[in-house]
Amino acid sequence: MFISLEDVYIFLGIITIAGSIYTFLDRKNSRRITSGLFYCLYGVTLLFGKVIPPFYMGLLAIVLVLIAGFGGLKIGSYNEASVEERQNNRKRLGNKLFIPALLIPILTVAGSVGLKGVKIGGTFVLDQTSLTLVSLGAAAFIALIVGLVMTKNKPGTAIKESRRLMESIGWAAVLPQLLATLGTVFTTAGVGTVVSKLVGNVIPTHSLFWVVFAYCIGMALFTMIMGNAFAAFPVMTAGIAVPLLINQFGVNANHVAAIGMFAGYCGTLMTPMGANFNIVPAALLDLKDKYQVIKVQVPTALIILGVNTLLMYLFSL
Amino acid sequence: MVLIGVVIVIIGFIIRLNPLLVVTLAGLVTGLVAHQSLYSIITQFGQAFTTNRYMAVFIVTLPIIGLLERNGLREQAEHVVSKIKAATTGRILTVYFIIREVAAAVGLTSIGGHAQMVRPLVAPMAEGAAEAKYGEVPEEVRDKIRAHSAAVDNIGVFFGEDVFVAVGAILLMQGFFEQNHIHSDPLKMALWAIPTAIAALIVHAIRLYLLDRSLDRTLGNKASKNTPKKKEA
Repeated sequence: MFISLEDVYIFLGIITIAGSIYTFLDRKNSRRITSGLFYCLYGVTLLFGKVIPPFYMGLLAIVLVLIAGFGGLKIGSYNEASVEERQNNRKRLGNKLFIPALLIPILTVAGSVGLKGVKIGGTFVLDQTSLTLVSLGAAAFIALIVGLVMTKNKPGTAIKESRRLMESIGWAAVLPQLLATLGTVFTTAGVGTVVSKLVGNVIPTHSLFWVVFAYCIGMALFTMIMGNAFAAFPVMTAGIAVPLLINQFGVNANHVAAIGMFAGYCGTLMTPMGANFNIVPAALLDLKDKYQVIKVQVPTALIILGVNTLLMYLFSL
Repeated sequence: MVLIGVVIVIIGFIIRLNPLLVVTLAGLVTGLVAHQSLYSIITQFGQAFTTNRYMAVFIVTLPIIGLLERNGLREQAEHVVSKIKAATTGRILTVYFIIREVAAAVGLTSIGGHAQMVRPLVAPMAEGAAEAKYGEVPEEVRDKIRAHSAAVDNIGVFFGEDVFVAVGAILLMQGFFEQNHIHSDPLKMALWAIPTAIAALIVHAIRLYLLDRSLDRTLGNKASKNTPKKKEA
């Protein structure tokens, strides 16, 4: 293929490492060495993920955790454009500013739909196994070129601006990947089977309603622990839905699965473990309270969880 | 005993230790309790860290988004919205919410996203609508609007995407049932997702309507006293 997911990671690594150079040189940041080291090493893990052996990768991840965990990260200074500058630029470019911004979703969709299975000279244009991600990478790159031409800014400005955004996200950028590692350890240590046994022991198995209730709430709770409904689904379904709902009550597997998965998504909306959905955006939007996105989502999540439980029960009658 | 990791995570988040430390500690302790060697735990860490790099792909949008922000993208988004009289925070978020959920339901999950849509466009528009209506918006209200902007993106895509047959979740469920020798049908699973998808649409749209009402209550008085500041064109 012409563009693979690894190529996108290489681009990520380069912009992150290039940004860290500005951090190392940022005299106004009292922790510029440790902060710079954090972003530089993170860039290294992105850039060389394929070549670094897993054990050393694990050590690198732990170094990142130690730097961030013991206060090594400080926000720097960015020579940001003043409000006046931004207003002047805005008037200069006006609605044209939307073009590169909208190019990202448009080209991502175009790539993931239009370049599916497309080959030139016998090779796929884009990596077919992770088409959406590669399309997003290519789309953002094209949008960047268009943006640079349009604004007549230098590429270095884009790196500096990307560093500004990256540092405002800070440690939260690494959290989703780290949580995925925790999920792996939980799975190999058998946390899932313990949880589904616990839930299985508590519920009255002769009542259809309480089995449905236990399955839906269990999906949500276990998803909150793992941060991911996909990890919760096999465990809870094998533990509760298959033996009790499907085998004992003879309920149809299709709606149990569809609604059970949604019950899990309700859990995702309520947990800091779903960091890429809940914590990263809070950092990205400069929210003071990193849990505010979760707080806003909880009422909707609880109502829909109730709706899911009721729907699954009614459809199972 | 293996549940000790879960306990560490819960306590760690409650007492607000740095989540990176909490998660790493929980992983190490869980692994050790399950009699895994330190070497094997760290290797698992590294493996999972590498394979989950896809979660960092949003970084690819930061250079262009940052560049556009420097050139006034957010100001322009606020400006455009302030000229639309009917635009309120809740209505803008509802429109984006519906687009996000419907697009996801037909398989277009890549329309949207926090880095590429919410931060540069949706949040500034939602804030701009509030500023046009009420004048200055206090910081805690601004944060609330921003949090709602992030939330519509999540809720829209979550409850929309499973209506699409070829999405990862449906394939995962079908694979699971196949392994357990239970008959399942992806098309029917996608159909059974529709009632919840509609319920989510209604429930959250009502909450966004209530958000407008609560903004009216907290900021409305100010607006009636001093007429909303007209922004220069």
